[in-house]
Amino acid sequence: MAELEVRDLRFRYGAKQALDGVSFVRPEGSFCALLGPNGAGKSTLVSLLTRLLVAPEGEIAIAGHDLARAPRRALADLGVVFQQPTLDLNLTVRQNMRYFAALHGLPRRGLDARIDAALDRLDMAERAQERVSALNGGHRRRMELARALLHKPRVLLLDEPTVGLDAAARAAIVGHVHDLADEGLCVLWTTHLTDEVRNDDHLLVLHEGRLLADGVTRDICGQTPLLDWFLDRTGAAA
Amino acid sequence: MTGYWGVARAIMGREFLRFVHQRERFLAALVRPLIWLLVFAAGFRAALGLSIIPPYQTYITYETYIVPGLCAMVLLFNGMQSSLSLVYDREMGSMRLLLTSPFPRWWLLFCRLLGATLISVLQVYAFLGIAALFDITMPLWGYVAVLPGLVLGGLMLGALGLVLSSFITQLENFAGVMNFVIFPMFFLSSALYPLWKMAESSELLHDICAFNPFTHVVELIRFLLYLQINWSALAWVLGSTAVLAALAIRAYDPSRALMKRKG
Repeated sequence: MAELEVRDLRFRYGAKQALDGVSFVRPEGSFCALLGPNGAGKSTLVSLLTRLLVAPEGEIAIAGHDLARAPRRALADLGVVFQQPTLDLNLTVRQNMRYFAALHGLPRRGLDARIDAALDRLDMAERAQERVSALNGGHRRRMELARALLHKPRVLLLDEPTVGLDAAARAAIVGHVHDLADEGLCVLWTTHLTDEVRNDDHLLVLHEGRLLADGVTRDICGQTPLLDWFLDRTGAAA
Repeated sequence: MTGYWGVARAIMGREFLRFVHQRERFLAALVRPLIWLLVFAAGFRAALGLSIIPPYQTYITYETYIVPGLCAMVLLFNGMQSSLSLVYDREMGSMRLLLTSPFPRWWLLFCRLLGATLISVLQVYAFLGIAALFDITMPLWGYVAVLPGLVLGGLMLGALGLVLSSFITQLENFAGVMNFVIFPMFFLSSALYPLWKMAESSELLHDICAFNPFTHVVELIRFLLYLQINWSALAWVLGSTAVLAALAIRAYDPSRALMKRKG
């Protein structure tokens, strides 16, 4: 079943066409990398998928709910990790999680157990009482991931989630998210780094507001390394 | 509907925790009106003679006259402060977290506004408490009666802050708000001098002051402190709140262009 459906999405900032007829469909239990150079339209797509912006043309459906007609239901099934950190540094990990839970209307009964379970999954349980300002970049990201899963979304959107992380933290978070996809989540992972994309991942390549490719990575580039294929097609530094 | 109250509690709780963590902000919010009250007013009491005007029934000292204006000043500065923190939130990304909540945007913004207002009101009471220590007191029940006026005035000025925050692209631009919003609003009002005094020097200035919604916040507070209702001030403040709130909701509407470059 299609968990994330984008149909003929168009968006412009004044005279600049940021997205020009983007369409794709992603099923449950899949990891999809959305690759594109800077300025390709990734951030615009993320803003549209999270309803920070509303597109005048095209449709977005999350877990079967049309984002324009039923935004509450659609957003309730969407987990997001933004590129910018969205944590309150002065609050503890648990306070941050509670704030998010309330924003999503989760019941208070059993909430702490739910938070513990979400943190435990990402090996963050012992950090629950720490202030976020005391955590390193990798732990903050893991916390944001745990938070994005707290309301049990069916679609997980991550916008360049490894920016600013060291190699070990990057590898860990890429691994975690692949595991989540294996367990049934529909994952859309935007990046401009080709080394985060595995050969058997589904790949969308966005360039100048249009999709250049939509398929399994190895089918798209064949024997050519993804980086070379990507540079060749987009003419941009990855 | 379930969850609405939980969202309100969480957003207001976060505002409160943030406030507690910024003790300097609390001190600044108290020191500012106290300087006006204890220094400025002391210096000017001789220069500015006041006649008996409603709601006062006897001659009053200048310090007593400017207390309502200074209460409104606390609300004004806090409204702008919360606008500043909205711009900060947008730059830091936590605005995205708020706006991607499945609850309606107007409710999220309203809760944010109410949270900031309640913090302002706490500061006003702290100010009134200190003023009372200096023997500048109001009728006892006036302190209770003024509460709805403070909340309404706080909402109006907070809504103004929301509207402004949608136009301010960077934190650095905030100095402009000081110059072009806070100072004109405060000085072109009845906070420091009654409107009839203003009319003596310039009819035009008087008319501007009478048009300034901040004047009506001050007058609403002034009358409530003396257990009276200034109906025209109340109508002005209600109307201004409705207009500003509508503008704020429009400014934060995802389908409008305002957030495109900044959100």
